[in-house]
Amino acid sequence: MTQTIAVEARNVVKAFGHADTAVRALDDVSVQIRKGEFFTLLGPSGCGKTTLLRLIAGFEMPSGGTILLEGADITTLPPNKRPVNTVFQSYALFPHLTVAQNIGFGLEMLGRPKSEVQATTARMLALVKLEAMANRKTSQLSGGQQQRVALARALAPSPKVLLLDEPLSALDLKLRKEMQIELKRLQLETGITFIFVTHDQEEALTMSDRIGVMSAGKLQQVGPPKEIYNHPVNRFVASFIGETNFLPASRDGDRYRLDCGIKIAAPASNAARVTLTIRPEQVRLVAETEADALPAKITNLVYFGTDTHCHAALLDGTEVVARLQSPASGDAGLAVGQSVGLRFVPEAIQVLED
Amino acid sequence: MSPAEQAQITQSTRNGWLLSAPALVLLTIAAVGPLAIVVAYSFMPQGDFNGVAWGFSLEAWQGILFTKDVFDGTLAWADANLTIFWRSVKLSMLTTVFTFVVGFPTSWFIATRAPKARALWLFLITIPFWTNLLIRTFAINEIIRKEGLLNTILLKLHIISKPLEMIYTDTAVFIGMTYVYLPLMVLPLFASLDRFDMRLLEAAYDLYASPFQVLRKVIVPIVKPGIIAGSILVFVPSLGAYVTPRLLGGGKNMMIGNFIELQFGQGRNWPLGASLSVTLLFIVTGALLVYVRHANRETTHGQ
Ligand SMILES: Nc1ncnc2c1ncn2[C@@H]1O[C@H](COP(=O)(O)OP(=O)(O)OP(=O)(O)O)[C@@H](O)[C@H]1O
Ligand SMILES: [Mg+2]
Repeated sequence: MTQTIAVEARNVVKAFGHADTAVRALDDVSVQIRKGEFFTLLGPSGCGKTTLLRLIAGFEMPSGGTILLEGADITTLPPNKRPVNTVFQSYALFPHLTVAQNIGFGLEMLGRPKSEVQATTARMLALVKLEAMANRKTSQLSGGQQQRVALARALAPSPKVLLLDEPLSALDLKLRKEMQIELKRLQLETGITFIFVTHDQEEALTMSDRIGVMSAGKLQQVGPPKEIYNHPVNRFVASFIGETNFLPASRDGDRYRLDCGIKIAAPASNAARVTLTIRPEQVRLVAETEADALPAKITNLVYFGTDTHCHAALLDGTEVVARLQSPASGDAGLAVGQSVGLRFVPEAIQVLED
Repeated sequence: MSPAEQAQITQSTRNGWLLSAPALVLLTIAAVGPLAIVVAYSFMPQGDFNGVAWGFSLEAWQGILFTKDVFDGTLAWADANLTIFWRSVKLSMLTTVFTFVVGFPTSWFIATRAPKARALWLFLITIPFWTNLLIRTFAINEIIRKEGLLNTILLKLHIISKPLEMIYTDTAVFIGMTYVYLPLMVLPLFASLDRFDMRLLEAAYDLYASPFQVLRKVIVPIVKPGIIAGSILVFVPSLGAYVTPRLLGGGKNMMIGNFIELQFGQGRNWPLGASLSVTLLFIVTGALLVYVRHANRETTHGQ
């Protein structure tokens, strides 16, 4: 089993500062990251993503717990002894070296023969499509090119794990999309385990094999994007990944009674008080008169181009957002104040016991 | 380019020159004038009592390396002069190296403090500049002389049984110059280190560099301009140092500066003083050229 685990954190705790004023950046985090997987750490600012990455890289020592690399305890190993490389958010390219020298730096420090350093550097330059820039100083490169040098530099020594701390956040949207595809391609081509940090949920969903959602120093949920999106385990995950509607409800037999008084069907649960969540794209607008429809009144319509967000209030005032695909005519024939019926696809409802 | 544009450029270039003319004239007179006089003196015969006499003579230049026997006029190597040159160069180099060895960790320490503390430390570094060099040198004298502070303490603590003979030795001059010129090394080094991106340390450390390799392959090459500036700022005045060797080296451990002064003063040999001054200028220029060349080669090497 250890064969397939690249990195494992066991009950890792990291506290900064002294006793009473200490900040628990990581609070008992345990996670197993598989070999060759694209693993993303996702969470709001300050939740401890960077801290976890720095612990794996060796820049920080945990206050408690262990970190294992392919089954071996590396908790106290310094960064230069760990076969793990980092792509820094600021790139941190060496300004006194050329692109090629930057890429070859790691191998040179490892004392590899010159021929090998040169061959690998050339291969990496080709991999990130920067052959023409080999002899430039890094200050003469654009942001996207610098990003690629940073990637190539970290990949050159063939690390067991590549750590990427928000590597795309300094790029503009278009370049960012390009680099997302590029990163994914590099990961597939090299087969190296990537641990990627972002606070952009869309980026996480499109790129990852698995996502670890973090909040306040704790891992809330770990799973493939679809599972995280469709079956969030708690309110935090549900609201952090994508938009969603929260509907407080009480169990009533095998159905749930919403606070507006209407009973609907949803997956079973043991708790008496629950929160039902449903994604806006799973909410259907139907005629008010239709059976089982939840009566509601449209409070707002927001046009997004490809779709329109229809905000509607249930009888008790709870707001529900429905995402409707914009029809060819561009006009869905809805108006604020109009009474409509809402219908939820029962399988799309997620029951959170809170 | 149209003729009108061309004319405009010519015009503005001319205006630029005209505007800077007063400064250029002043600089030329101030920099070239005295130097020209010194060079001219070095090619003149010695005056009867003082100064120089009219005429042309190479005696002063000969006097740098050779002494003429008073009786038979044969030339012999001027060992004393060579010793003074060698001592000057040696002590200046030692001072430069040592101020770097001490100054680098000091500047590193300051550069890695919080911004507020940094200002305070820099301020402390500049405090010695508040007092006159002469007074500071006397203070060192007071510390290292035979009955001085250091010897007294060491004797009282029974670490030594008889006073250390430090004053009026090369070591004393070296200690004094290191003390005096240390800030000149620290300040440019700090300026470089202050701009140094500390995140590069983690990047290098992450890429398998040992702490020593981080220093050697990343920090030193990047802060090299500061190292060069600091070394020049220390080496050049060290070579021409006058006060420190005079007060701490006594009459015997002269450096070029004292030797030159001797020629213009008691020695009453102005031409020799002038030729020595020009020689000092050549040594400094030569040393700087070699040093800067070498330093630059190091940076570009391996590309
Ligand atoms: N060196 C440090 N000293 C004290 N507190 C720290 C230190 N580093 C991080 N922290 C604290 O630990 C917590 C987690 O920080 P971390 O940098 O891991 O967050 P993050 O998830 O990477 O956030 P972001 O998305 O903003 O980068 C924060 O509350 C932060 O203030
Ligand atoms: Mg971070």
